[in-house]
Amino acid sequence: MSTQLEPASEARDVEIVEMTYREAVNAALVDEMTADPTVYLLGEDVANDGGVFKTNAGLPEQFPGRVKNTPICENTFIGMAIGMSVTGLRPVVEIMFSDFLPTAGDAVIEELPKFRFMTGGQCTLPVTVRSIGGATGRFGTQHSATGESWFMAFPGLIVASAGTPAGAYSVLRAAIRHGDPVLFFEHKGLYGRRGPVVRSDEAIAEIGRAAVVRQGSDVTILATLLMVDRALQAAEQLSADGVEAEVVDLRFMRPLDLDTVRTSVNKTGRLVIAEEQVHAGGWGATILSQLWLNGVTLAAPPRVVGLPDDLLMPYSPPLEDELVPSPAAIAAAVKEFG
Amino acid sequence: MTERSQRVEWLRRMLEIRLFEEKVQELFMEGLIHGTTHLCQGQEAVSVGAISALRDDDYLTITYRGHGHALMRGIPMEACFAELMGRSTGCCKGVGGSMHFTDVKRGLLGAFAIVGAGLPVALGAAYSAKLQGSDQVAVTFFGDGATNIGTFHEALNIASAWKVGVVFIIENNLYGEYTPLRETTPVDDLAVRATAHGIPGVIVDGQDIDAVHAAVAEAVERGRAGEGPSLLEMKTYRFRGHSRTDPAKYRPEGELERWQERDPIVLLGQNLAAGGALSLDDQETLRREIQEQVDAQAERAKAAPFPTIEEIRSYVYAA
Repeated sequence: MSTQLEPASEARDVEIVEMTYREAVNAALVDEMTADPTVYLLGEDVANDGGVFKTNAGLPEQFPGRVKNTPICENTFIGMAIGMSVTGLRPVVEIMFSDFLPTAGDAVIEELPKFRFMTGGQCTLPVTVRSIGGATGRFGTQHSATGESWFMAFPGLIVASAGTPAGAYSVLRAAIRHGDPVLFFEHKGLYGRRGPVVRSDEAIAEIGRAAVVRQGSDVTILATLLMVDRALQAAEQLSADGVEAEVVDLRFMRPLDLDTVRTSVNKTGRLVIAEEQVHAGGWGATILSQLWLNGVTLAAPPRVVGLPDDLLMPYSPPLEDELVPSPAAIAAAVKEFG
Repeated sequence: MTERSQRVEWLRRMLEIRLFEEKVQELFMEGLIHGTTHLCQGQEAVSVGAISALRDDDYLTITYRGHGHALMRGIPMEACFAELMGRSTGCCKGVGGSMHFTDVKRGLLGAFAIVGAGLPVALGAAYSAKLQGSDQVAVTFFGDGATNIGTFHEALNIASAWKVGVVFIIENNLYGEYTPLRETTPVDDLAVRATAHGIPGVIVDGQDIDAVHAAVAEAVERGRAGEGPSLLEMKTYRFRGHSRTDPAKYRPEGELERWQERDPIVLLGQNLAAGGALSLDDQETLRREIQEQVDAQAERAKAAPFPTIEEIRSYVYAA
């Protein structure tokens, strides 16, 4: 199985544009809403001045009547999206902070994944939930979770994310046009990050496929969201010291792309998991379990860089900085391999 | 259909539901139906009266006490029995069971085992119709207990604020599971909760099918005209306990008997006999005919195979 590189390095007849992660999210929304008139965007403040994180700039003007501010009631407006999706529309729901998703526990856990199954496959639910999470914004304990692994144990859902602008564009477009419900996690600490994006239909991601965002032969760093960005920075530091890290953006928590991870660690023999979450119950722990169950052997025990298991995210800026793994912390974990 | 033939048809449909539910109980005792069931004997006028006020292209969501609504919306009885027996010929291929009688093609979008979960879905369907320029409405049925859960207020709020054509129908049977409404809820008339959301709230005698039909027809018209949602409170009663294992010992003495005097089938039957539309003898003949159909369809359902794991795999993901 081949791994997906981004952006395509071969000579291709597509334009590569430098844009921010925020602009990439916006571009994905614009391109899908243009391609499909049944795509609607709803959520809290989504139509006000570009939305809280300005990802929706220009959409209400470009797509009149298709961007709708909702009241503050996540469980109900995700439930509404289900009703819209089984009656011919393709709704995209924005959750302003991933910490608000648990209030929609019924819609996300009991309805979205189970609805089609319980009817014996009578319907499809093309619903995308864009959930904005992550620390580093000084938002405190209840506005800083990534939430990326909370729903990965539910068959019936696709759980996706992106750690680069190119990924944000590619994965979000794939999510919106997918026939099953997708939770797509964005990271608010990435919105200002710039990177090359192939803005074309060819860039639409394959559902369930991780992306190798930097090639290297000495160690694999597997990460999601902001940790991808920091792993790439760590890889540059390591490169100066002669260590070439391969960075893999896992992108999908469900389904997990074990093949891409296995191909990478078979090459490097060493694995660092970089995750902005506690290790227990998350994708990092599940990947390690899957590698072990599948008999994948490593040259050294894997390392995990993540959030402490015995603390919660504080507001105080220096403490938040200390807790969220830095590029230096990721590089240090690599150096422990000696 | 003339008014007379429509009311005779209502009687037939209510009898079908009643005899279906009684057969379910029987099949349960025979070990052919498993798990749990939530039967609706006593509440038939609500499903029949309300659903007969809808167009074929309108949308519905129902609850785990939904056998009556599903039959009335047109799911074939054999497919309902097969579903209860977990067979691959069931309306949900045997994976849903008693609580999830669904028929998307007939606009019956979902049957929910989580209290309150159907309201947002109905709201979304009606909103979808509005966005697509259609005058289809959505009707969502739920119990008195659901008026204490967040989605009830959240859905009424949005439907009213955006003038979405939803008819919210409370089947107030006085008990939320085993607990009397009075113990959990500060008002007896749940329709008053409409006031908080700026929409009409109507109390309806849920045992009187003419009253049910008229109230729903009016609410549907309002929805179609773009005037927004309505909340209808059907005062009704379940003759059985909450679910199969509930003997309903919490009911005060005499309460069941008082409600049985207001059995919707008896009330309509007496009315039809008195008006000369259908004699009591003819009603007895009708009941026997339906009983034979019910028995025959249950027999046919028993002959169907169980689904396989391979078969149900494709129901998880569409893509």
